[in-house]
Amino acid sequence: MLSNTGNFLLLINIFLSSLIIYNSFKCLKTESNFIFKNIYQISLLQSTIVLICFFTLTAAFIVSDFSLITVYQNSHSLKPLFYKISGTWGNHEGSLLLWVIILTIFSFLFLIFNKNHPKNYRLYTLIIQNLLILGFLFFIIFNSNPFSFISPIPKEGLGLNPILQDPALAIHPPLLYVGFVGSSIYFSAAMASMISNYSGRNFAQSIKSWVLISWVFQTLGILVGSIWAYYELGWGGFWFWDPVENASLLPWFAMTALLHSLLVLEKRNTLYFWTIILCLLTFTLSVTGTFLVRSGILNSVHTFANDPSRGIFILIFLSLMIFASIYFLFNKFKPTNDFINSNSKETFVLINNWFMMFYLITVLLGTLYPIFTDVISNNKISVGPPFYNSVIIPVVVVFLFLMAIGPQAKWIKNKFSNLKNILLILGGAIIINIAIFYFLKSYSLISNLILISSLFLIISSFLDFFKKSRSSLPRIVSHLSFGFLILFIGLNHNFSVEKDFNLKLGEAKKIDNYEFALLDLKLNQEVNYKAVVGKLEVNNSITMERKILYPEIRIYENPQTLTYEASIQTNYLGDHYLTMSNIDRSEYYNIKFQHKPLMVWIWISVILLSLGGFLSLFKNAKNN
Amino acid sequence: MQKIIRSSIVLLFIFVFFVFYNSLNRETNYSTDYLVGKKLTKFNLKSFHEKNIYTNEDLKKNDYTLINFWASWCAPCRVEHPYLMQLSKEKNLKILGVNFKDKKINASKFLNELGNPYNDLAKDMTGKQSVNFGIYGIPESILVNNETMILKKFIGPLNNQDINYIKDIINSL
Repeated sequence: MLSNTGNFLLLINIFLSSLIIYNSFKCLKTESNFIFKNIYQISLLQSTIVLICFFTLTAAFIVSDFSLITVYQNSHSLKPLFYKISGTWGNHEGSLLLWVIILTIFSFLFLIFNKNHPKNYRLYTLIIQNLLILGFLFFIIFNSNPFSFISPIPKEGLGLNPILQDPALAIHPPLLYVGFVGSSIYFSAAMASMISNYSGRNFAQSIKSWVLISWVFQTLGILVGSIWAYYELGWGGFWFWDPVENASLLPWFAMTALLHSLLVLEKRNTLYFWTIILCLLTFTLSVTGTFLVRSGILNSVHTFANDPSRGIFILIFLSLMIFASIYFLFNKFKPTNDFINSNSKETFVLINNWFMMFYLITVLLGTLYPIFTDVISNNKISVGPPFYNSVIIPVVVVFLFLMAIGPQAKWIKNKFSNLKNILLILGGAIIINIAIFYFLKSYSLISNLILISSLFLIISSFLDFFKKSRSSLPRIVSHLSFGFLILFIGLNHNFSVEKDFNLKLGEAKKIDNYEFALLDLKLNQEVNYKAVVGKLEVNNSITMERKILYPEIRIYENPQTLTYEASIQTNYLGDHYLTMSNIDRSEYYNIKFQHKPLMVWIWISVILLSLGGFLSLFKNAKNN
Repeated sequence: MQKIIRSSIVLLFIFVFFVFYNSLNRETNYSTDYLVGKKLTKFNLKSFHEKNIYTNEDLKKNDYTLINFWASWCAPCRVEHPYLMQLSKEKNLKILGVNFKDKKINASKFLNELGNPYNDLAKDMTGKQSVNFGIYGIPESILVNNETMILKKFIGPLNNQDINYIKDIINSL
């Protein structure tokens, strides 16, 4: 029953999208500057039906309707309700439905919130967005249908991968999707802007809020994914430079560049084509990321089954998008003679864009390079953290300095009257840096530079906070928290402690200033898994801290899997992080202990970073 | 000029499309199958007691050599050990053991307890040398001839079938 309902609703959606496109073309031919009322109505109906369609699938997950292949493959009747619901988007087919929801709702909201912009521009945006929606609807129906029927109906489902049964992972995809699928709306708007010749300042205003929304959600989505990796994957890292993580970072770089170039377009009416390119690039990179993850080209923790036929569909879709973008760009591109003074705010914003492009290209190359070498020379290589760290980190130092100085510059023409101030701030940053390394006894050139540059940015932003008007608050918050983010990552990286050893029940071990004892082992029976829980005491002889940690080895039944749950004790100074794993045929357990300073502040910095985006969104909404 | 830029952009995208398309049907798991039929790259392994060094030249003296990568902490190595003991009785075959990321005491204990099937024993404390052999986990074994050409790679513990396969080859002389 649910299968038929779902399929029926998907078909209605195809019909409605086509109807919107048809009506929009009809409306384009009319003289008046009004959009037909029925276009609004159909759009609203379309959003509603997509939501109902999604809830139909959710309902199938809740009642464990195993007649649907997707539910059978990704759910189990004994799974807690929360994970049954999140299972809706925890798989390939369901997540595509989430794609379509975001495409549709953004399409509707863009239509109703941009009433003061010209009719043609809005209609073309609507048409292109609906072409994207149609593309994805066809993909769902012909290739990845979540409502596919299975017969005979299985009695029980296969279950959701245990490492995905996690609250952070339940919200990670929706957040990330609002981010990078949301970027579709300014892809459509950019195309529409070229077709309808609606350029410049007004165009910038029409998309600014949308860029901000997607940026904020993309940032939060990446954060939640990182937090999950930190406590679930069990080795204490939070960023792996895994190709799939990179896939989420690439659109983020493009969005960040876009946010800044929009400022110039809005204030000075220049950089129009560059902004258009960034709009197109962001969504193109999002779809490229989807292609890489869903086609199975890359192996990663994102466990979607490999299926080349999906890849071919997305690849064709991606190529059509790219060639349409290139076609319009080539046709509409006019070399402009925008004069930009080399010492002005515009220049600094452009420099930001260069840096973002540098990061983007570095990460893109690192991610795609192994695929290219494999296809061209049959050579399997992997590009890992050393590449990214050594290419990106030194550049971040310069980036942070410019990030502090840039906002001080004035539009059009700037004079640096405050060189003395800059030197004072730099002096302050160096002194704090020396103090940190003197007291904590560690030294490396690059970490000193990272610390000095991030402190420079932090101090400058703080001073700005007292000097500047309230209107620059969003920028100050974002820049300040980015400075803190790099500072905390730097400190965390430099002062982390890691110990790896074997221990049996009742035994104690002393390593440097730490003493560890395995006090107890317990077997717990939970709803969907069994767990061996260890009780470990950790004593630090220098700080006199005493911690009790409870790492777990979990045995899941459906599907049968063993996972190691880290025990983490967080406080404002740092995390005590401990994982325990069994050793075959031995009474010993392997223990990995880490002390990771200031972990929680890394997360808080990212939250503040996105808060800056939110503030900017409110400011923008108030001004318009 | 503009035409050249435009065409090169289009060509670049067509190239990317081509690469992506071709990568769709490829095996994404790391595979070392292609090594079979190739000669071993040059290696330099310290002996277990650090008295001498093994190189490619040492293998050329034997008709056949089985290079076995193992460690005392590896449970499947324990499973395959009896098969290695069986193979150690073969005349045409020498077995070179490479003790992988192990502690000397534990490794010696392991061999005292289960027997030593190895004609030569080398060690790779950091695991870096083993990478040159295309090893990505243990136990793994490589069968080479007197020209150090790889005849077969065994991933995971050796079993009865593997032993028979090895015997067939070495006794075909």
